[in-house]
Amino acid sequence: MTGITGGTPSMLPAWGGGAVPRNEPLLAVEDLHVEFATRQGAVKAVNGVDYTLEAGETLAVLGESGSGKSVTAQAIMGILDTPPARVTRGRVLFRGTDLLGLSEENRARVRGRRIAMIFQDALSALNPVFTVGWQIGEMFRVHQGASRRDAERRAVELMDRVRIPGAARRLHDYPHQFSGGMRQRIMIAMAVALEPELLIADEPTTALDVTVQAQIMELLTEIQRESGMGMILITHDLGVVADAADKIAVMYGGRIVEHALVHDAYRAPAHPYTRGLLDSIPRIDRKGRELHAITGLPPNLLDMPPGCSFAPRCPYRQGDCAVEAPPLHRIGPTRGSACHYWREVLDGSHG
Amino acid sequence: MGRYVIRRLLQVIPVLLGATFLIFSVVFALPGDPIASMAGDKRMPPHIVAELTERYHLDDPFLVQYWHYLSGLLQGDFGETFAGGGVSEIIAGKFQVSLNLALTALVMETVVGVGLGFYAALRRGRAQDTLVLAATLLLISVPTLVTGFVLQLLLGVELKRSTGIDFFPISGAFDGWRSYLLPGFVLAGTSIAYLTRLTRTTLAETLRADYVRTAVAKGLPRRRIVGRHALRNALIPVVTYLGADLGTLMGSAVITETIFNLPGLGQELFRSIYERQQPVVVGIVTLLVLVYVLANLVVDLLYAVLDPRIRYE
Repeated sequence: MTGITGGTPSMLPAWGGGAVPRNEPLLAVEDLHVEFATRQGAVKAVNGVDYTLEAGETLAVLGESGSGKSVTAQAIMGILDTPPARVTRGRVLFRGTDLLGLSEENRARVRGRRIAMIFQDALSALNPVFTVGWQIGEMFRVHQGASRRDAERRAVELMDRVRIPGAARRLHDYPHQFSGGMRQRIMIAMAVALEPELLIADEPTTALDVTVQAQIMELLTEIQRESGMGMILITHDLGVVADAADKIAVMYGGRIVEHALVHDAYRAPAHPYTRGLLDSIPRIDRKGRELHAITGLPPNLLDMPPGCSFAPRCPYRQGDCAVEAPPLHRIGPTRGSACHYWREVLDGSHG
Repeated sequence: MGRYVIRRLLQVIPVLLGATFLIFSVVFALPGDPIASMAGDKRMPPHIVAELTERYHLDDPFLVQYWHYLSGLLQGDFGETFAGGGVSEIIAGKFQVSLNLALTALVMETVVGVGLGFYAALRRGRAQDTLVLAATLLLISVPTLVTGFVLQLLLGVELKRSTGIDFFPISGAFDGWRSYLLPGFVLAGTSIAYLTRLTRTTLAETLRADYVRTAVAKGLPRRRIVGRHALRNALIPVVTYLGADLGTLMGSAVITETIFNLPGLGQELFRSIYERQQPVVVGIVTLLVLVYVLANLVVDLLYAVLDPRIRYE
């Protein structure tokens, strides 16, 4: 297993440029920039994101709303609304091929077949006027030219695989007739129908009950282990991450501020924002005490502050933070932190 | 589905009862004496007044009169005029003309409106989209009176004079379906504009829906995404508008019928109100309500076909 920026120092991409990895990873995002054109000006949603993912690996992308985690995923998938969105810089290498350079036709050939995606709200993500069997079977009919009967038979198999009770009976039901958890299972069935090499799960459990959340995550990790596909798990739920992911990338203000192996990050975060996130998890041994909250608001993407975008909210802030943006300091072979004072954070001592 | 249809059919009964009651009471409340007006400025002999009053139940209380009317209506009898003619016979021919006109307008509206709306929605924000929007605005702003006469002049008179093509009759209903081409378009005018805008907006909205994004993520071809996944959802409000518009087109064609000299319900209704032929007025309005209610029934059934969420409620 390799770190986010590769296993060897030479593979660590410098800011602004992408080094070509020697062994092609499943996915390598290099220096990705995405902007949205609005009346108020260009919203810089993603400002130089790098990460790599190997087959069979799970990368958790953490961050609050507006941190650019979903936009990055949509750019990989090629489902950004363009305009207003625009990829201004960067590459998305999928098994060595830059997806951003492909024609729309070739891109569509990758979507659904080799890279699949599941979304947060399965109720709105499934088409309300078609049966679930039809929507799952569509994958086989359109991509493989399967007959209707054949597509239905395989849809039932998939529904069985994601453990929908009475799959054959429910083939002709509509999305609104299922519960939230069952609907997300249908989304998963549809996404893994063609056995993709990469699955992007964009907050797959956010809209669900806590008990159902665990079941869905269990299903996802199980399918991933069986099929060996890579998975990008976008979430803001730290509890979900610990069990499912191999490594994490924490995003803030459109950048990755820390990347690490999951256990390293949980044991000792190297960025104040990661620390803040971990501290704000309610814990049973701190029952009765006030919850920790990160003060302040996320940065305005229309008007990014000079220097570190987290500086206004940062307890480790010092004079140079507001002036000079920290590069992604390399801490170890699998770890990086975009903080001038990552040593202090790592030690847990307030500077 | 079966239960939905039955429930929806049962709802028609109170609607029809309420509507006829309302129409009847409004016409009942109109001032003036229909019998006195029959004789013009002369005095009507008292025994004839008594006889007519008796014959048309004019002395009976309102509810009894309504009951007489309703029981006739249920047997398909719209009553008779004060001149003694059957209202059903008077209406029948006019209804056919109005229905032809309205259906012609509806077809044009659907083809042009939905087509243009579709075209604009897929080019949202571009020059073609703006052009379509400007054109619809123009169509909404110009009154029927103007479009009617201008088209009569250009396509009816000038075209024939300059090229000899005599394809668009401008008066009367004697040339089969061709008689309805120009008046149909004039009548459909504003509806075309509204439907274009409605189709454009709903389709553009639908194209941004989450399930369309899912369809893109599934790697489907663009044709399929628009034609299957978006279209079916976008059609729901369009169908509603079309259904409601059929009734409006039939009842509001007075000006168009007059310009093109088509003997339809609008003209007849106008004349009957003017001449205080109350049975005819009630008859026509009842018929229009019936068309309205039936059109809405068809729309609601189509709804259930288009949107499964309604079927299972």
